[in-house]
Amino acid sequence: MAEELKVIVFALGREEYGVEVEKVKTIERMQPMTRVPKTPAFIRGVINLRGVVVPVIDLRERFGLETSEYTDNTRIIIVAVNDLEVGLIVDSANDVIDVDSDSISEAPELVGGIRAKYLRGIARIGDDRILVLLNLSEVLNRKEIIQLEHLED
Amino acid sequence: MELNQYLSMFIDESTEHLQAINENLLGLEQNPEDTSIVHTIFRSAHTLKGMSATMGFEDLASLTHEMENVLDLVRNHKLAMNSFIFDCLFKSTDALEAMVQDIIGGGTGKADVTEIVLALKSIVSGDYGKGEASPASAAGFSPGGELDDFQLSILEQSLASGFHVYRIQVAVQENCVLKAARAYMVFNVLEQSGEVVKSIPSVEEIEQEKFDRTFTVYFVTQVDGQTLEESITGVSEIESASAAGLDSDSLKGWAQPAESSVPAAAAELQEAKAQAAAATAAPARPAAAQTNAPVASRTIRVDIERLDTLMNLFSELLIDRVRLEQLAAEIRRSDLVETVEHMSRVSSDLQNIVLKLRMVPVETVFNRFPRMIRDIAKSLDKKVDLVVTGSETELDRTVIDEIGDPLVHLLRNAVDHGIETVSERIAAGKNETGTIHLRAFHSGNHVFIEIEEDGRGINREKVLQTAIKNGVITKEQSAKMADDEVQQLIFASGFSTADKISDISGRGVGLDVVKTKIQSLGGHVGIDSKWGLGTKFSVQLPLTLSIIAAMLVRVGQEKYAIPLSSIVETAAVPADRIRSVHGNKLMDYRKAVVPVLSLEEVLDVPKHDEAGRAEVNMVIIRKGDRQAALIVDEFIGQQEIVLKSLGSYLTQVFSISGATILGDGQVALILDPNALIK
Repeated sequence: MAEELKVIVFALGREEYGVEVEKVKTIERMQPMTRVPKTPAFIRGVINLRGVVVPVIDLRERFGLETSEYTDNTRIIIVAVNDLEVGLIVDSANDVIDVDSDSISEAPELVGGIRAKYLRGIARIGDDRILVLLNLSEVLNRKEIIQLEHLED
Repeated sequence: MELNQYLSMFIDESTEHLQAINENLLGLEQNPEDTSIVHTIFRSAHTLKGMSATMGFEDLASLTHEMENVLDLVRNHKLAMNSFIFDCLFKSTDALEAMVQDIIGGGTGKADVTEIVLALKSIVSGDYGKGEASPASAAGFSPGGELDDFQLSILEQSLASGFHVYRIQVAVQENCVLKAARAYMVFNVLEQSGEVVKSIPSVEEIEQEKFDRTFTVYFVTQVDGQTLEESITGVSEIESASAAGLDSDSLKGWAQPAESSVPAAAAELQEAKAQAAAATAAPARPAAAQTNAPVASRTIRVDIERLDTLMNLFSELLIDRVRLEQLAAEIRRSDLVETVEHMSRVSSDLQNIVLKLRMVPVETVFNRFPRMIRDIAKSLDKKVDLVVTGSETELDRTVIDEIGDPLVHLLRNAVDHGIETVSERIAAGKNETGTIHLRAFHSGNHVFIEIEEDGRGINREKVLQTAIKNGVITKEQSAKMADDEVQQLIFASGFSTADKISDISGRGVGLDVVKTKIQSLGGHVGIDSKWGLGTKFSVQLPLTLSIIAAMLVRVGQEKYAIPLSSIVETAAVPADRIRSVHGNKLMDYRKAVVPVLSLEEVLDVPKHDEAGRAEVNMVIIRKGDRQAALIVDEFIGQQEIVLKSLGSYLTQVFSISGATILGDGQVALILDPNALIK
């Protein structure tokens, strides 16, 4: 029985990625950020999201991709997973699509430089479009921040 | 049923009524003749009954119903209060509280209250004197006054002519719909095999359903008891029937006026006294009644989450305000500037109000203490007066929720270990009643709560001995310790976990927990004790957990907030005063050598030109008695800031305890001075 999955599509470089729409709270434009000292480099800082302080992650940095300048298209996708609320900086976010769960296949070891454990799978949309679905709970795994913190010490 | 939406209202209101009942019962205990208090209690119980019945909490409703019956007699001067009745009413209140707690916890509020109900019933029937030991065994009734002379003689004659006489108690089922009809059927059954001589309540009353669940009949028959019981329980919706065979002697027992006539007479006497007192106190009564009259409610309840949302929305507004101010300054149109200025004033007033909305009087915590002290004192056989002052002092809701337990601990301690027994007090030449003062008051940005008693005080030697024995301190240390240091020892954790604590004056049991709790609220506990004269615990709490006073500083291009509570002072120091010893920066500061930390380095602030400055701005911070100096670029100023957490993703960031949102909408991090001083 195929299920429809509604995902928000965003871009990192030339690749297209997707996160389930229910995990996305809002999508914000880029805004000033307050750096938090002694945190891993991918944590860009914290923002004031309508009175709530929310940490923001640079997804390129998180995945070890080449970083680029922020542009007018840069967006912060605010996601909420297991009472963690975190913003993800992406190159652009501009689509919501339905994905047939049957079209999702397992991700290969490495997709566009991203390790498979951060990926939920790869969905084929139509004939020529490929969407990489993120495994958010792994992306936001706190254990990794803590390990990184220790490395810095 | 769509009652869920009313549930929180029910919980709030029933808690309030129970609290009122508790308080008023305590007041009544002090002042047993004041029927206006009884009226107030009755009203609360009545409202509670109505609410519980509407919400379908039957056990709550039936227990309050029984309380009402007792109170009704008291307010109509048919019953005088005594300690048994007080205890029963207190127990009932406790049971009701437990049931409401159960409902709060998502339960059904059901509880087995038969014993209390029986006790209350025995009060109504005037029989509690005897039934006290085991009200259940006497089934709530005992011999006395049920039969008049005429009925007695009929029954005795029946016995003499070889009939059995039974006293039958019949109980209908709790959910019985037509109680009167069922009773009628029972009478029918009975009349087939004998004759009903008397029924309690009377047949008329039973027909009008004026009975609770049980009724009693005196029955003359030739059938044996068991058969009777079986035929009665054969009627549907009859729960039980018990037939007690009576002989001539026991009949007399039921006929005689109650043997408990002694307490009854005493009650009459008390009532007479009460009336006399009422007569003499007549001019004072209207005044008393006035103070007890319920004040029309001028408050509404708001969910705390809504307040938080309001607060967040408001900080949004503040951000726009700052933008408007900037725009107005650029555009320089005087009417725009004026409007924006006005808006600024209004919004800062608004901010104050929003913050105040979260404040709750400590009364909500304090009001359960009088009852608690009464119970502890009673169980320890001590005499204690609790004097509460300043209960109108306000604290943030979050602090209020947390502060109850530590205070309970300290108060228990005061009664248990501080106040002496009556004989000890007399021997020490003190008033036999000990006094505990519970005070709350504001001072600066803090609220103080003091618990002071005139008990035995802390024995320095015993505390030292125990502390040495438990390895909290060494013998050498003990010789040098000042009195106040010794007193602080009772908060040490090694002190309280030891077994032999109860040997000393007992203080120390669990006090470390109190201290930890209060410190986690950003507070502080002090202790001041004089041997033989008493002890004072002083708890200092921040007004609110969500707002603190802080110094905003600039480091590079970043702004940080340092809590004012840990700042000793700020200073501008010539750069050459900072010396370098083994790579560590030190500074002579008020005759002490203080380590100097560059915030820029500690926080990895992007580099800029720090060198070459003639003067360095410093914030001197302290942790306990240790100090450190932080180099900053600029003091922005002192400000009240709203504490925000960094969220659950970023926990335990080094040297950062949280964040706040500045007037311009930017997030500034709050430094944790405790982490900076090692």
